[in-house]
Amino acid sequence: MELILFYLTSAVALFATVMMITRLNAVHGLLYLILSLLSVGVIFFLLGAHFAAVLEVIIYAGAIMVLFVFVIMMLNQGQKTIDQENAWLQPGVWILPSLMALVLLVEMAVIVVLGGNAQTGHIVNSKQVGIALYGPYLLAVELASMLLLAGLVGAYHLGKPILKITRPGGNS
Amino acid sequence: MNTGLGEATDIIGILVSVIFVSAMLIWVERRLLAVWQDRLGPNRVGPLGLMQVVADMIKMFFKEDWIPPFADKLVFVLAPTIVFITMLTGFAVIPFAPGLGIIDFNFGLLYFLALSSLSVYSIVLAGYASNNKYSLLGGLRAAAQTVSYEVFMGISIMGVVMLSGTFNLREIVEAQRDVWFIIPQFFGFIIFLIAIIAESRRAPLDLPEAEQELVGGFHTEYSGMKFGMFFVGEYLGITLSSAIIVTLFFGGWLGPWLPPLAWFCLKTAIGIMFFILLRGGLPRPRYDQLMAFGWKVLLPAGLLNLLVTGAMVLSLQG
Repeated sequence: MELILFYLTSAVALFATVMMITRLNAVHGLLYLILSLLSVGVIFFLLGAHFAAVLEVIIYAGAIMVLFVFVIMMLNQGQKTIDQENAWLQPGVWILPSLMALVLLVEMAVIVVLGGNAQTGHIVNSKQVGIALYGPYLLAVELASMLLLAGLVGAYHLGKPILKITRPGGNS
Repeated sequence: MNTGLGEATDIIGILVSVIFVSAMLIWVERRLLAVWQDRLGPNRVGPLGLMQVVADMIKMFFKEDWIPPFADKLVFVLAPTIVFITMLTGFAVIPFAPGLGIIDFNFGLLYFLALSSLSVYSIVLAGYASNNKYSLLGGLRAAAQTVSYEVFMGISIMGVVMLSGTFNLREIVEAQRDVWFIIPQFFGFIIFLIAIIAESRRAPLDLPEAEQELVGGFHTEYSGMKFGMFFVGEYLGITLSSAIIVTLFFGGWLGPWLPPLAWFCLKTAIGIMFFILLRGGLPRPRYDQLMAFGWKVLLPAGLLNLLVTGAMVLSLQG
């Protein structure tokens, strides 16, 4: 039962990802990407990582993708961009990425055939995640927080209004 | 007790009653607003005007279901269903009474947050697909408002999680046997209330559809049943928000004398009426005021609340 669900979800994820890459309309592509992220969330859930599953939906599908849609909406692309995308997507472009993906697929097949030990049914709760994050991985958490702070400061600096505006003939 | 499903009859019963309550809210809201504004409200169709909902529904079914030729058709049709489905599935984790509910999920609270953040796609995509400048502005506002207020909503309920030590909504209710979390988490409650109003895009924080400036906002181009879907989705959102507020801060089904389910329904009904009173009582802030208030007041207040709660929990333990 769980295997059927797993393969079904994986099929949805793969299909959505392929559709996402091949869509010419950016918003349709984003919708497929959201679908793909949601199915990855379901895969996490099926593997017993409930916390990761919910976080996947909250952070990726719920927050980051909303910002993506936000930006794409503001760009107001029409038929012109679709034609442009169409011109870029020649069949020849696919050869090298497909070959590399094939290598990954073969690797995975070999691992599965040789008896991979994917553990299903081991449920991870939030306490274990917290202990792992603030125990052995504390340094990584601190580094990530510093990176985010740097990003925040950078964004603030870029978004700062230029104060000295001299308007010719103005009364400023 | 982990991700166990409820009985099939329970699930169907909950589904039907939730949709029924949300539909009846159309009448409840109009009558209550009328009372508070010294009017009568709809009182002609059936006893007390109760059949007004049916009349509205028949009217909506027979309206022309028009898709504008300039719209992105696929997304335009998809958008109204998203809010409906996400809000309805949100009820899956609500603990109605001991032993009554759909699933008992260990991350129920996070599940609610996830679904409420997904529901914004409905508005954003509706704004995009309508291909209309007013709709687009509504969609942009919805995206920014929801992404920001989601942050404060998440931070404000962490105090509850700290006190109860779990994300499971049933265990959170059980942890309130001695004292409802509204008392130790009063500031958390205030922040959560403001954030959830912004998240469900209800007046006074209904900036994505501000009629006076944006025509109809994101649903300017919608008519017939698709508009009805947005409408019922909003009422489902109110019901879900009230149920979550009751569960987190007002002790869920706990209470003396009456059966647990009655307490839960009573508290939720009061919550819903409070939402309606807010709409009748408060003016809408300007958009930049809303965003500035969120980031400059609610975020520091939420973090401070988190810090103080953490310190209290640690000092009481140690």
